[in-house]
Order: sequence, then structure tokens, then C-alpha cells
Amino acid sequence: MEDIKKTVLEYVIEEYLEDEDEELTYDTPLISGGIVDSFSMVSLKRFLESKYKISIPDEKATPEAFDSVDKITELVKEFVKA
Amino acid sequence: MSYSNKIKGIYKEQLKDIEDKGIFKEERFIHSSQAADIEVEFPKGTELKKVINMCSNNYLGLSSHPEVIKAAHEGLDSRGYGMSSVRFICGTQDIHRKLEQKVTEFLGTEDTILFPSCMDANTGVFEAILTDEDVMISDRLVHASIIDGIRLCSAQHDTFKHSNMGHLEKKLQLHADKRLKLVITDGVFSMDGDTAKLDEMAGLCEKYDAMLFVDDSHSSGFIGETGRGTHEKYGVLGKIDIITTTFGKALGGASGGCVSGRKEIVEMCRQKARPYLFSNTIAPVVVSGVLKVLDILSQSTERRDKLEKNAEYWRKGLTEAGFVLKEGDTPIVPVMLFNAGLAQNISRDLYEEGVYAIGFFFPVVPNGKARIRTQISAGHEIEHLDKALEAFIKVGKKYDVLGKSKQEIIAQYGI
Repeated sequence: MEDIKKTVLEYVIEEYLEDEDEELTYDTPLISGGIVDSFSMVSLKRFLESKYKISIPDEKATPEAFDSVDKITELVKEFVKA
Repeated sequence: MSYSNKIKGIYKEQLKDIEDKGIFKEERFIHSSQAADIEVEFPKGTELKKVINMCSNNYLGLSSHPEVIKAAHEGLDSRGYGMSSVRFICGTQDIHRKLEQKVTEFLGTEDTILFPSCMDANTGVFEAILTDEDVMISDRLVHASIIDGIRLCSAQHDTFKHSNMGHLEKKLQLHADKRLKLVITDGVFSMDGDTAKLDEMAGLCEKYDAMLFVDDSHSSGFIGETGRGTHEKYGVLGKIDIITTTFGKALGGASGGCVSGRKEIVEMCRQKARPYLFSNTIAPVVVSGVLKVLDILSQSTERRDKLEKNAEYWRKGLTEAGFVLKEGDTPIVPVMLFNAGLAQNISRDLYEEGVYAIGFFFPVVPNGKARIRTQISAGHEIEHLDKALEAFIKVGKKYDVLGKSKQEIIAQYGI
């Protein structure tokens, strides 16, 4: 669980943060906070699916479910288990 | 009647929500023509106030230029008011084709097609030239109209970090298997005032066999030595496959836009772009005005040279006063305040001091990056800029932001 969290956090920092002085924690709002736009969510979904060998249905990949590293981790966990 | 109280209630609630969030937009009525000095009615019903306009896209001061107005009058007299038809039925006049040829010449491309607006050009072009076998890779700060165009297109879509060439290269490698790859960027980014690194982007596109798209709406007419746009500034004239631009900003400021670029791509738009096919094009009176604007700009660089000097003067003045600015070398000079409420308060106080400059905050710009975007014009005289600077300093002192760093302003006001 901690591993997934860490991996997702690292990916989000690497993929989305523009400024070096920006800070990101596990509960920073990503989409409602304007860090990740709904377009860029596509590459995040693709990363999760290929990294964890899962398939996240579009109806589950909502802006709410992707709104923080914590929430994304919950979502991934759900599919990894299944 | 089907507009029931239930339906009405849904909209009222949504409007209230917009108001509660402090993002309800209100128009300010200008009772004069567009210029550096304008008379404004705001709030609605109050007495007119004379203010210096620091927020228009009238970069070259041509919106109310006597020669442009005269040309528009002549166009109105000789070609009438409206076309009452789309282009391919009976809505194309000789002057529409003439304008397409002039724009092609001005931008140094192969061909051009007019659209009712650049918003229409951007929403129509991708769908006309790409399919689900292709990919669009866009800078994350591109204009909203490009995002709408991307949404309407069946090609895959990915993004790269703003102006980050390493990230773009990774994405080009990731999508190497696609039939067509289109890299998409603004020439000048309207909220930050920085320019796309078109020389590096053109190099990467060549290396990975991708096409390059640039929206030069905030550049055409004044960026580059002779004002051709960002492709001139970066020495890549003729290397941009698709340029979209507007006639609603520096080039007269009325309305209209175009797609200019490779011959086949322009022809594909003529066959398939829906805003071209299903909407009237630019009115003859506006076409006549834009033709005159291009004549003026082809004869002399005086206006873009003055604009460059004005922008440098303004940027230097604000920097010396101690404001935090976004770095750049265009007439878009954002004064960074980080906090949305602070940006709104400063904008309101500036208006009281006779300076019209608008605050921008989330969701228009990212959270914590609120700002007042100032835009300089060749229509400004040094006296306008000095007066505006005086007002900025007075208000800046009141809110104690002069000489303060980003961190200090955030510590005082939050984000």
C-alpha cells in the first residue's frame, strides 16, 4: 500500500508539477486544485493501468477518484485486489 | 411552456454557486471607441469614468485607426454589409480570397483559409485533418479554444509540461507508432506572456516526423523583427505546418481568424472543417479593415517597434517599483499577487485611481497564481504608462506588496 502511494506520488510530481518550489503531499487536491487537468488525467490512467497491470473502467476514472494521491491509491488498490 | 420552476431553480442555483465562489463575471460598458483612454460605466448605471486601458489586446493601437476605419467604410459601400451565405454556397467575395492571399504572404506560409473567429479555426482544424490513428500532443497551457478543438477530434491526446522540451521529446517517443503526430502550442501564452521555444520544437518535430501547430493570436503583427509572429522571432519561418491566428487582437481587433500553413492541410479544412462549412465567414466590412491593417504593417515596423519600447519601459518600471512579475519579453506583463482576493482588491483600487487592469485567478490560472495581467499597446504614450505606474505604486504600497518576494506575499495573504 505504501509502495503504491509512493510510486503514484513520484509519478504525479514528475509528470505534472511545473515549478520546482511546488509542494505535493498525499492529500493535495490534484484536479480541483488545478494541478492536473481532466485532459492530463488520461496519461495518469494509462500509467496506472500499465504499471499495475489493471484496467480501470472509464466510469470509475472520475475527476473525484483522481483528486489526490490518497484517492488514486484507494482506486488502484481496489483493482489490484480484484 | 416547458420552462418550469424546477428548471429555473436548477439554473438559479448554479448561478448562485458561481457568485458564491467569487467568479461571477460582469461586463463593464465602454462608451467610447477602443483606445488607450476609454470611458467606462461600471458598476452598471454609475457615472462614466475616464480610465487608462491596460487590459485590451489592441497591441498595435489599430482598433480605431483612421485609415482602418476609412477602409472599412469603403468596404461597406462597395461590398455591402452581409453575405447571407456560407463560403461554399454564395458567401465568398473576391476580397475574402484577397485577404487569404495577403495573410499567406504576411505569415510566410503556403495557403490560408478564413474562419469566423480563431476560436472557430481552433475548434475546426484538428477534426478536419486527424483521425483515431493519430495523436495530438499539446502544451499544458494552450488556449481554451484549442482544448475544445482537441475534444472534438477522435485522435488520441496527450500533453507535455509547459515549454518543457525534454518532456515533449519523451511524449514524441511514447507515441512513435502513431500514423500522424501533431505537436500543439500557443506562440505567446496569453496568461503568462512567455513564448513557445519554436526553434527547439521545430527541431524535435523534424527528428520525430511530427507536424507543428502554433496559435499565434497574441503574436501576429508584432512579435519578430517585422511582426510576422513567433516563428519569425525564433527563425523558423516556413517551418511551422499550421498557424492559426485572429484578426480580433492586434490586426484591427474586430473579429475573424484563420488557419494558415501547408497547402493540403488548408484544403482539408476547406473540405471538412465544420465552422467553415456551417457558418458565414468574416463580414466584408471587417475583411476590408484587415486588408488595410496588413498594408499598414507591411509598409513599416514603426508600430511594433513602439510597442516593444513601451513594453520594455513598463516592465522596467514595475520591476524597479518592486512588483513580482512573470518573466517574459512580450507586451503581456503579469503582476503576480498569488492570492485571488488580493488580485481582486488591487484591481478594484486601480480602477478608482483611473487604471483599468483585471485580476485573474483560479480557474482561469492555477490556484495560488492569481495575478493582474497588464497588456501594453502601441497606442499608449509614455505619459499613460507613467500615470498607470504611479497608480500601481500607490496601490502596491497600500497592500504592502512592493519589494516583497513570492513567499512573503503568500505568507501575508495566503493562496
